[in-house]
Amino acid sequence: MSARLRRTAVPVVAFALLAAFMLVLPAFVNDFRAQQFAYVAIYLVAITGLNVLSGYTGQISLGHGAFMAIGGYTTAILMTDYGVKDVWTIPAAALVAGAAGVLFGIPATRLSGLYLALATFAIAVATPPVIKRFEGFTGGGSGINLFGTEELTASLTPVEILGFELNFNNWLYYLCATVSLVLYVVAWLFLRGRTGRALRAVRDSETAAVSFGVSLTRYKTLAFGVSAAYAGVAGSLFAIATTFVNPDTFPISLSIFLLVGVVVAGLGSLAGLVAGAIFIQFLPLWAQEVSKSPGAPAVVYGAILIAVMFLLPYGVAGLIARLLRPRRGSTGI
Amino acid sequence: MADFLQQVVSGLASGGIYGSLALALVLIHRATGIINFAQGEMATFSTYIAWTLTTNHGWSYWPAFLFTLAVSFGGGVGVYQVVIRPNERGSVLRVVIVTIGLLILVNGLVQLIWSGEVRAVESPFPSGTFTVGEVAIAYQDVGTIAVSLGVVVLLWLFFQFTKIGLAMRAAAVNPAEARLVGVRVTWMLALGWGLAAVLGAVAGMLAAPSVFLDPTMMQAILIYAFAAAVLGGIDSPVGAVVGGLFLGVLLNVLSWLSQYGLFDWFTEELRLPTALAIILGVLLVRPAGIFGRQAVRKV
Repeated sequence: MSARLRRTAVPVVAFALLAAFMLVLPAFVNDFRAQQFAYVAIYLVAITGLNVLSGYTGQISLGHGAFMAIGGYTTAILMTDYGVKDVWTIPAAALVAGAAGVLFGIPATRLSGLYLALATFAIAVATPPVIKRFEGFTGGGSGINLFGTEELTASLTPVEILGFELNFNNWLYYLCATVSLVLYVVAWLFLRGRTGRALRAVRDSETAAVSFGVSLTRYKTLAFGVSAAYAGVAGSLFAIATTFVNPDTFPISLSIFLLVGVVVAGLGSLAGLVAGAIFIQFLPLWAQEVSKSPGAPAVVYGAILIAVMFLLPYGVAGLIARLLRPRRGSTGI
Repeated sequence: MADFLQQVVSGLASGGIYGSLALALVLIHRATGIINFAQGEMATFSTYIAWTLTTNHGWSYWPAFLFTLAVSFGGGVGVYQVVIRPNERGSVLRVVIVTIGLLILVNGLVQLIWSGEVRAVESPFPSGTFTVGEVAIAYQDVGTIAVSLGVVVLLWLFFQFTKIGLAMRAAAVNPAEARLVGVRVTWMLALGWGLAAVLGAVAGMLAAPSVFLDPTMMQAILIYAFAAAVLGGIDSPVGAVVGGLFLGVLLNVLSWLSQYGLFDWFTEELRLPTALAIILGVLLVRPAGIFGRQAVRKV
């Protein structure tokens, strides 16, 4: 196999397998698991977006939960106050969160490294109290309930799609899985050409990027916008999945776990993202099963996280790259 | 006006605590180039050790204080050698994630060993106040300011006037050349982690009497310390202390103003976001912090 063919064929085949796996998965697991996998798909969307910003452009964000909150509340408000059907609020959430990302990105381009980390962390810290403050708009501390409304698909009666009758959890799973796969491909297309190259140039050396005519302000702002739009979609799906939003739906820890997920997946690569999303969703649950005594799950979780960093210095993507690399002696060219 | 000055003094006291922890963050950032997210939890752990010694084993306060500092120093060195150093290759974020893992792990350990119950901690300083002019000042506040600033001064003397201090500064500034002139760089960095853990322990023990001891005690304080360190310039020790004091006073003044209907819109919960917004405003004007220097790199 030539190297060029390998470079396109391997991802395409892997993606086709992933899509096929996701399509048939609900047939093998129960309802409850299907819902958990819906959350995996949601985290996949969020960390794909975060990877555009942190992995490809090199800008740390500790505040992506805030953009998810913007997306989630956009969906909730549109559904309850304006009677918009849930699926149609998803693009709106992407637009609103993306716009917020661009607005935040413009001043943030002045900051780099830890200063940017603090700035993004600040918005994650500020989000819950600010949501509480605008009570009339956001329902304050008690939040907005979506369950049992007309606008929430399949929450009252099962929905029929292509002749299949789907209950809420299965419908939710297919919605999230489809959106995440589509956005995964979009990210791949977005990152592989000229734009992706410009973003990586910004990450590797700002000075070199500028001297080749890459505008730092434009590309950093673009990365912020795209990344926040992804987070917005994830937040929108999150609101639909929990059928409820309140300020604590999007805590600071969510932002931190997203960063953990993207580093576990591997920065600057799309290959490991599914593993990162699974890590975010299932490791806490699994750690709870190990021991019930207070504090023990946290000990297990922390220890595993540290062990993963020991074993996979470049994340799951690094492992995949190492496995796929042509062995010495074989003529890969 | 007396009211206002009183707020400033107690702001300085909490600012001293933020400053100590901020200084710990700065020390580690200078040595290893990362933010240690576990700094607050390590401090909580130290504070629990001091609490156990005084409450369960009948030690008096200051011996327990010193013993805790020694244990914390060892703990800091150990953490660096065991989990941080092996992970230093590759992206900086890898080490950052390791410290997040440590945060979760240490927090779990504290709950496992001492349970999540909230504990009252006795203060080493007498309660009550004395008056200067019309301002009533709590002994607790003065003691907190004195201890935290005292530790900072000691540290400064150590870095400025001892050979090990010089070696540590050399290792932080230029590891490769420091190694060439015979500085054992790895051990210097480990020492830096140990000293940072000591500073964190001081901050934790000073904070515990007023905020009560529980496993999440230092999490909010870590956010303040992070903000203070960045405000001052992440590589500037002076900046960290000044940033901490500034933030402590700022938060108190904001709440004082709200008594008079000013900034009324800012509820108790919005105070931290407000303070962060002000800091971000400062950073937009000075992107490397107040005392920081813009890094100039050769390409």
